[in-house]
Amino acid sequence: MSAPTRTREAPAGDPAGTPREGARAEGPAAAAAAATGAARVGTERREQDAGAGARARTGMAAAVGALLRKELLVEVRTLESVPGMSLFAVSTFVVFHFALNRGSVTGQLAAGILWVTLLLAAMLGINRLFVADAEQGGFDGFLLAPVDGTALLVAKAGALAIYLVALELVAVPAFALLLLGSSLWQAMPALLGVLALADLGVALIGTLVAALAVRTRARDLLGPLMALPLLVPVVIGAARASAPLLQLGHAGAVGARWWATLALYDFVFALIAYALFDFLLED
Amino acid sequence: MYGRGLRALSISTVLALGAALSLVFFYAPLEADQGFLQKIFYVHVPLAIVALCGFVAGGVLAIQHLRTHDPRWDARSYVAIHMSLIFAVGTLITGSIWAKGSWGHWWVWSEPTLVSFLIVFLLYATYQPLRFAIEDPERQARYASVFAIAAGAFVPMNFIAVRLSTAYLHPRVLGDTSNLPGPMALTFLVSLGAFALLYLTLCRYELTAKHARSQLRRLRARVLEGQA
Repeated sequence: MSAPTRTREAPAGDPAGTPREGARAEGPAAAAAAATGAARVGTERREQDAGAGARARTGMAAAVGALLRKELLVEVRTLESVPGMSLFAVSTFVVFHFALNRGSVTGQLAAGILWVTLLLAAMLGINRLFVADAEQGGFDGFLLAPVDGTALLVAKAGALAIYLVALELVAVPAFALLLLGSSLWQAMPALLGVLALADLGVALIGTLVAALAVRTRARDLLGPLMALPLLVPVVIGAARASAPLLQLGHAGAVGARWWATLALYDFVFALIAYALFDFLLED
Repeated sequence: MYGRGLRALSISTVLALGAALSLVFFYAPLEADQGFLQKIFYVHVPLAIVALCGFVAGGVLAIQHLRTHDPRWDARSYVAIHMSLIFAVGTLITGSIWAKGSWGHWWVWSEPTLVSFLIVFLLYATYQPLRFAIEDPERQARYASVFAIAAGAFVPMNFIAVRLSTAYLHPRVLGDTSNLPGPMALTFLVSLGAFALLYLTLCRYELTAKHARSQLRRLRARVLEGQA
């Protein structure tokens, strides 16, 4: 499997490109092999195990752990998603400043800007989520391993959620600094809760949509086109929930119905993704 | 096999549509508030209901496809969604006309049903681009089914979420049949039945045409093989 990926290495004359391209080419293939290895270790361990439930759980946890480690390793080596997403978010705030011609925003307008920016930045990560697997044999490596397809779903959604948290670590302070008219400290605990619930929804829907779009001819276009309507309920919940938090003087608390909307939507889409993801891996 | 019963179905659709339209124009009383404009309700609401049911049905048929791996279920799911998309365009246009007539704007964000409908329409508008961007027919059918199921489950959830987001609701002139006076309710039900029949007939026609086309292709391939 590593033979075709080797040919993708950048020419040695390019000092900036070489380490990155090399890591990128080796990353998914090597890590997929590592995942296969981990699963094989899991299989050996399984045979000594008596309980069927415990067996499935260790295999699953080992597979998810290996896959998640591979995702994060590839991201740390190639820096393909998170820096781009963060930079995009900060640039979008600047664009919003000029487009709205305002020094500061509060309330619903602030919530809208924050969530539109986060959503569009998330699209960049969603678009790249499975590209390396489709182009460099990551899917084949995964299919050769004797593990459940759900492991890939959990690992990818987990990786995307971690990217989103990393994005927000940059984007939310930048937003507070550049555009927000009120202080964030008081609203922080509730805002963190909203961010976490929304991230979960974006990660689940993003993973499903990315897996659907990645093996089509127009994947860069289809991913966002499918994801945006599916994420409208998340935006409704998140933007309405964070509007009172970004109000001057923190006028209101988050309405219970927005928590319920976000949590329920996450839950239902977790079930849908769990039920459908296997069918995207079948070949 | 596909063409059987098509003539009877077509004739009954034409009769039902004729009956529905005559009821709309000659039997149903003029609404006191909106007058003649309200009659678009007998077209708009049945179109919307049939389109939404068709979207959900497309998801159910797609479940059948993933369970059996039978391409015929995929064809049915595709046709259901395709026809629903056409009905959805009709819904959005008639809804827009109704909104302009009764509220003075072509588009109102305060009407949650219309807004949800737009979101659902935008999602399903990507069904065909997704489908035809995949070359392998087996994978195309499988991915399209996954999309159809996720989107079918999205339809009711989206309606709930958008409804929640609308702080104030328009007083719904004619929300459901329970608050309709008798003649209007009868007209509405006949109209709903007629549009449902129209949907079924068009679906059957498209399925028959697809089937005939694939049969023709197979026969042509066999003839060419014989010549060679």
